[in-house]
Amino acid sequence: MELKRGSSSHSAYHLRPALKEGEERRTLAVLVDNESGVLARVIGLFSGRGYNIESLTVAETDHTGHRSRITVVTTGTPMVLDQIKAQLERMIPVHRVRDLTVEGPSVERELALVKVANAGDLRVEALRIRDAFRAQVVDASLESFVFELTGSPEKIDAFVDLMRPLGLVDVSRTGVAAISRGPGEM
Amino acid sequence: MTTTPKSSTMTGAEIVIKSLIDQGVEVVFGYPGGAVLPIYDELFKQNQIKHILVRHEQGATHAAEGYARSTGKPGVVLVTSGPGATNAVTGLQDALMDSIPLVCLTGQVPTFMIGNDAFQEADTIGITRPCTKHNWLVKDTDELAETMHEAFYVATSGRPGPVLIDIPKDVQFADGTYQPPRNFKPKAYQPKLKGDTADIQAAVELMEGAKKPLFYTGGGVINSGPHASTLLRDLVEATGFPITSTLMGLGAYPASGDKWLGMLGMHGTYEANWAMHDCDVMVCVGARFDDRITGRLDAFAPNSKKIHIDIDPSSINKNVRADVPIVGDVGHVLEDMIRIFRARGAKTEKTAVAKWWDQIDEWRGGKCLDFLNSETLIKPQYAVQRLADAMVKHGDYYVTTEVGQHQMWAAQYIPFDAPNRWMTSGGLGTMGYGCPAAVGVQVAHPDSLVVDVAGEASFMMTMQEMSTAIQYGLPIKIFILNNERLGMVRQWQQLLHGERYSSSYSEALPDFVKMAEAFGCVGLRCDKPGDLDGAIDEMINVDKPVIFDCLVEKHENCFPMIPSGKAHNEMLLSSSVSADNIGDAIKSDGAVLV
Repeated sequence: MELKRGSSSHSAYHLRPALKEGEERRTLAVLVDNESGVLARVIGLFSGRGYNIESLTVAETDHTGHRSRITVVTTGTPMVLDQIKAQLERMIPVHRVRDLTVEGPSVERELALVKVANAGDLRVEALRIRDAFRAQVVDASLESFVFELTGSPEKIDAFVDLMRPLGLVDVSRTGVAAISRGPGEM
Repeated sequence: MTTTPKSSTMTGAEIVIKSLIDQGVEVVFGYPGGAVLPIYDELFKQNQIKHILVRHEQGATHAAEGYARSTGKPGVVLVTSGPGATNAVTGLQDALMDSIPLVCLTGQVPTFMIGNDAFQEADTIGITRPCTKHNWLVKDTDELAETMHEAFYVATSGRPGPVLIDIPKDVQFADGTYQPPRNFKPKAYQPKLKGDTADIQAAVELMEGAKKPLFYTGGGVINSGPHASTLLRDLVEATGFPITSTLMGLGAYPASGDKWLGMLGMHGTYEANWAMHDCDVMVCVGARFDDRITGRLDAFAPNSKKIHIDIDPSSINKNVRADVPIVGDVGHVLEDMIRIFRARGAKTEKTAVAKWWDQIDEWRGGKCLDFLNSETLIKPQYAVQRLADAMVKHGDYYVTTEVGQHQMWAAQYIPFDAPNRWMTSGGLGTMGYGCPAAVGVQVAHPDSLVVDVAGEASFMMTMQEMSTAIQYGLPIKIFILNNERLGMVRQWQQLLHGERYSSSYSEALPDFVKMAEAFGCVGLRCDKPGDLDGAIDEMINVDKPVIFDCLVEKHENCFPMIPSGKAHNEMLLSSSVSADNIGDAIKSDGAVLV
């Protein structure tokens, strides 16, 4: 598996590329009705208007109210970012849009499953780094491990980089989930 | 959900008709096909809703747009699955760009066949998602009534737009419960009508101190309803400020009003564009700083503070940053604005504004819409002027247009003193809009004069709707400025592409008079300036659809013109462009823009 340093910039989500002049990165939380096609609507807005998606996660968070929460990490100039928020807010199934980057402190986490195949000293070294990163072993065979790691995207980037010389085979990442700090709801 | 008596159980097709009736729908524009036959069956059994059978689904959407634009009510379209739905796409996007409320019902293959590449299947929801305000696939008959009512609410509230409901054939046959329209408001979608008072106050303060103020108004005034137009007139009179409008906003302020500067933008008047460039306070009411309006953005009204009133927050700060943004319905905001302006003593910088008017009068003195007339050839501008005079004399007229030079001449020379009288494809620029739109307008206003100012090329895109006009006795008038060219394309090729006229002339044109007769319409032809008035009178007086083939000067250009990528004060005038320099009139760096 060929992954360069800052591997995530080569992932399907095109994560964390260097920001262009005047651009900022924002994490938006979008609360939507979990109706058919709502994700296609949101993604269509981004692709149709040429906005960037660095990371996107979605799942139903309120099963009785049929609400889903979409966390999207995007980049753009402040004018474009305001436009993204306004465009999201005017979609019919969208209840609320929060800019977690701007509206007070927030926590961002991503989960990764990382597979390494190795033997001997490499296997020992992989386990040692796993300890340092507090990753879990969720699958093991005599030739391989699958590690589960939760943290910021940068922490996962660092872990994946360290696993590369140790027999990295496969990486699966969830994208960023984020929530505001403190007692307030979305 | 309330408990409902058994009697309100009906088939999906019955629910569709019942919902339309309960929503006050009187006319549906449509075309039948396999996947909507149950609905057509129910249409057949009732007399409350009139169905207009068009000749192409695109015609149904434009007719519904004309109906909606001229009445303020939503237009309703009914078409079948697959090609029926895909043919409607152009009209949906057109309505989206121009904020026209449409409810489009499409048939779909039965739910159990969706995704199987069934006959006349298309992913209608996927295809129309970006060209509607919202759309729904109804898979359960019990949800049909609620979806229908929600669709009307979404189409007509906030910034209006087209919505689509895709109804599989088995859902039309199945029984379900009917729910009458309640005071429906989706939780997630609640457009804001009232503007923030502090913002409106800040706007009034800016206006009070303005030395070179200007109202720049758009289609939002018309969408807000006739009351908003009345309020706009009140505010203009109260302040004494000059006013210009976009293509979509014509008629909101009367063209006969003394504060009127004419349309602004790419083919706007000299005085309107210069006033935009030089103003110090711009009051934008229901317009969206479109690229046809702003020209070069970094040179757009460089010394102005901008107040922007719009019901759609995403329209604010999209292209141009507003100093005082006001999110709200134009009618509501203008009412508050007038109240606050008066409560504060109706103060303006009278001396400075009078000086501003002197400047404007000087610009007006340039008479930018003058043209070199001819005694032998009909100039297109002259034809539109004569038509305008005849319509004004006749009174009670509605005008639709196709897209191109004739559209701009119509906007420049035809005066509108009331809103909802002018139907044109602004945002999308859809050739072929005008003829079906005229059908829709005439359906809504059977006794009024409805004229489609057309070009021969645009008209040929949807001219089969003349057959619809004949079928329903709709005496629409198609006034063709026939230059045997795609006039606007030809103009751009002359100005920007070294006079290489690639595919911009119309070969093998039909004989429009004979074609009119073949349709059962009246055909008229005129090629002499002296005969024009008589022929136009004949067109207006005959109580039948007319195709008027007006043979005009073939190489006339539409001026004034702000070339793409230029600022308002870099306008080309007919007097400044001659045969010798026309190829150099525009620098090539503008050619990349549309």
